[in-house]
Amino acid sequence: MNAPLRRVGVVVMVLFGLLFANLNWVQAYKGNDYRTSPYNGRVQIDEYDRQRGYIMVSNPGSKPIALSTATKNNLKYLRSYPGGAAYAHVIGYKPVNGTATGVEQLENDILSGTSDKLFADRLRDIFTGSHTAGGNVTLTLSKTAQDTAYDQLAKNKLGAKSGAVVALDPNTGAILAMASFPSFDPNPLVAHDGKASDAYKKLEGQAGNPLLNRALQETYPPASTFKVLVSAAALSANRNPDTPLQAGPGYQAPGTSHIIRNATSSTCPEEQLTLKEALTVSCNTAFARLGVELGSQRLNDTARAFGFYDNSLRVGNLSATDRGLRVEESVLGPLTTSSGGDDKPNIAISSIGLNEVRVTPLQNAMVAAAIANGCSQMRPYLIERLVGPDLTTGLYSAAPKELRRSCTTGEAAQLREMMFSVVENGTGKKAQIDGYQVGGKTGTGTADEEANAGSDGWFIGFAMKDGRPVAAVAVILDDAGKGGSGEAARIAGLVMKGVIEDKGGK
Amino acid sequence: MTTPHTAPPAAAAVVPETPVAAKPSLLRLDPAARRVRRTELWLLLLAMAMVAGYLAAVEANMLDTVTMDFWYPAGVLTAVFLALHVVIRLRAPFADPVLVPTVALLNGLGVAFLRRLDLGRAKIDDRPELAIFAGDGGKQLLWTLIAVTGAMVLLWFVRDHREVSKFAWTLGLAGIVLVMLPAVLPGSVSEVNGAKLWIRFGSFFAIQPGEFAKLMLLAFFAYYLVRKREVLALASRRFLGIDFPRGRDLGPVIVVWAMSLLVLIFEKDLGTSLLYFGMFVVTLYIATERVSWLIIGLVLFFGGAVLAYVLAGVVGGPFTNFGQRVEIWLDPFAEPYDRGYQLVQSLMGLGTGGMFGTGPGAGNPLLVPEVRNDFIFAGMGEEVGLFGLAAMLALYLLVVSRGLRAALAVRDSFGKLLAGGLAFTLALQVFVIIGGVSKLIPLTGQTTPFLSAGGSSLVANWLLVALLLRISDAARTPASTGGVRR
Repeated sequence: MNAPLRRVGVVVMVLFGLLFANLNWVQAYKGNDYRTSPYNGRVQIDEYDRQRGYIMVSNPGSKPIALSTATKNNLKYLRSYPGGAAYAHVIGYKPVNGTATGVEQLENDILSGTSDKLFADRLRDIFTGSHTAGGNVTLTLSKTAQDTAYDQLAKNKLGAKSGAVVALDPNTGAILAMASFPSFDPNPLVAHDGKASDAYKKLEGQAGNPLLNRALQETYPPASTFKVLVSAAALSANRNPDTPLQAGPGYQAPGTSHIIRNATSSTCPEEQLTLKEALTVSCNTAFARLGVELGSQRLNDTARAFGFYDNSLRVGNLSATDRGLRVEESVLGPLTTSSGGDDKPNIAISSIGLNEVRVTPLQNAMVAAAIANGCSQMRPYLIERLVGPDLTTGLYSAAPKELRRSCTTGEAAQLREMMFSVVENGTGKKAQIDGYQVGGKTGTGTADEEANAGSDGWFIGFAMKDGRPVAAVAVILDDAGKGGSGEAARIAGLVMKGVIEDKGGK
Repeated sequence: MTTPHTAPPAAAAVVPETPVAAKPSLLRLDPAARRVRRTELWLLLLAMAMVAGYLAAVEANMLDTVTMDFWYPAGVLTAVFLALHVVIRLRAPFADPVLVPTVALLNGLGVAFLRRLDLGRAKIDDRPELAIFAGDGGKQLLWTLIAVTGAMVLLWFVRDHREVSKFAWTLGLAGIVLVMLPAVLPGSVSEVNGAKLWIRFGSFFAIQPGEFAKLMLLAFFAYYLVRKREVLALASRRFLGIDFPRGRDLGPVIVVWAMSLLVLIFEKDLGTSLLYFGMFVVTLYIATERVSWLIIGLVLFFGGAVLAYVLAGVVGGPFTNFGQRVEIWLDPFAEPYDRGYQLVQSLMGLGTGGMFGTGPGAGNPLLVPEVRNDFIFAGMGEEVGLFGLAAMLALYLLVVSRGLRAALAVRDSFGKLLAGGLAFTLALQVFVIIGGVSKLIPLTGQTTPFLSAGGSSLVANWLLVALLLRISDAARTPASTGGVRR
């Protein structure tokens, strides 16, 4: 029996040789892949070994809106977001599995402490054996304005189910408020157990898409707010606020049977009124005709000058403008025929902000901000300051940059005068603020004028004090129905008041 | 028996001057035996020092300090293994000196690693207070005491391995009953994690009768095949160039095998079924010296595996489980958080360990599911690395080779077949589970001998070691003392 026993020994050697060879494959050859694999929980454990930095709003002394607290578990720190849904789209969230979103993703290197800027801290850690926390991020957000923006969207008087608010500092481009409704509570998404993915799946399937940041990633027909841009185009074509425009109850563009009418029969029934008067009462017939007169080329040029067709815009840190939260491109849609000539019927409808004109709430706020700032359009940004774990060592401080010139300062002044008139005498009275000069423009409309589907309510505008801009804002209430633009104007006024309050009333 | 006589081992070459070996005691031991036992003692102390070192490293990494507690498990283990050493001196003085220290090292590392898992599960503040017999590590330590005591009892009372063959039919019958019992019992008593392999007594105590059945069936196979080997090897009918035995000679063995396989299908445990099959085919091959048996076995096995996989796709039913296992094996990353989770996490653990490992207590083995049972090798792999695992494979190989050596050296056929079968069974079990957790072969649930948490496996495997010790003692006892003594 010894011969077969020896052969069994050989078989055993072969089996163990296979085991050994396979372990070499798994542990030595594939080791690095597995060590850094997204399925490897140890990657997270290492990451959670160090306290992640704070995210704060710009108000000095206010509590952090994202922080990590120690746990007794495998993952040593739990992220939490005391600001809840109001800040969710800006901050994003840092889940245990999967990728972070928002500022959590944008400034991950600083927050997690792996940035080169924190090299000195890491070097010290090697010698002390401790785990210094990550760096901290201060946002441009103004707390009162942001809270007001989200609360007012969520509790809007018309029961609109979605909407967005963007408020900018026209002088710098700093984003003072950015709210999208409906929103979500980010806290369950960063839980350490399996509930996080359940919470995510639930949000994903929820009606109204709460995960979408409408302020940046949804485009809407600007409706009558687009008349501001048509006005700017007109001013650049040697018109002025007092230029008489042909109005009337209806306008039929050349080459179509479609008649553009005004919102109500009492709106500009007269045959003629000035550009300023037309904007104040939001006269559709006058602007449709004006747009056709100006032509596609001028409308396109003006729109580009204010930021349309910019698909490279990212909102975040001014030192790295190629990174940041992506902004959907705003467009005018086709204004020319296939032969290259002006498509006049389309231009007519597009001139009152319908047809295929689409803007993001941010883009519309940037239009208002540019006008408020003498047509110097500043690059919008969210990151005000980065500081080290000690909260004092400065790593970065935003230096505002001009993004583009949108028009001449003279034209800007004329546009402001016209927009002041809208809030003082026209459709935007609800945005008035005591002691401040508020200019703006309302808008009501849908993509499909005929369908009479629910209509969006818009307001874009700005507040000035002593000739200096304080804030610019865009508010949209999606599918708000009748009175939508009035409600949007009211919210815009409150948000700008919030900005003023946080600035100490100045 | 016409077994060719092998050269006796070195120890046997020294002819003792005095016939004291006839009645050995601690003091009056044959000088050759004394030398062998001294080797065993030193190796054992070395092994225990390594276990203590492992426990100390765990504390250094997990508590940031080394408390004196790390001595206690190492001390208890040393004491019980020394007791075994004394029993061997008295009852099996010529037994292989490498077996016990090697197995003790594996067993000790298992206890240390399970204790390390307990520490990992405990809250950081509670860690220094972990009692010696607390948690899985403590339980395993207790089971080690019981298992080694079992080995001592076997060595003390079974003075000659051939005595086992007297009970062969009883053992065979008992083996079948033990295999069948969990399948017959209601699931509430017998089912744990989907496999009906257990008999539970309350919540604390559960045994896996299959672990013992393995030994009993092997003893029966060995006995039966020794009785019939001449017939099986000679009185065969030739078919397709292969010699087949007569049905009536093979009948009882086929019945035993088929019944255990059938029951195992009901118990949903592919690993054990594979183990029994391998065990059976190899003992048959050793007994008959016919390669045709190996070929038939391999063809049956791989044919069966492919057929089961195909049936899983077509029929489903009882084959679904096997089909899923194969699919997970082919691509565990297809459903990394679902079906493939266990294997993916096992690979992550092994890969993280890399060449040298993170060090005892410095990894995160608790991320691997079932790390205390099936996946203990992957869990340890993270902390001891490829070098550590290769060393542990070498330990297993050492045990198996010593078992085969005893089989080669022992003079009687029953001993040869039993030792060879036991050694190969151990090797096959190690291959099945370690190959499974490292994605060499489809994963089937098996305990990792001497490492996995669980009393049944530990007791059964120590009984296996005791049998190997008994046989090796018989093999190495000098011929002048009467072949097999006493």
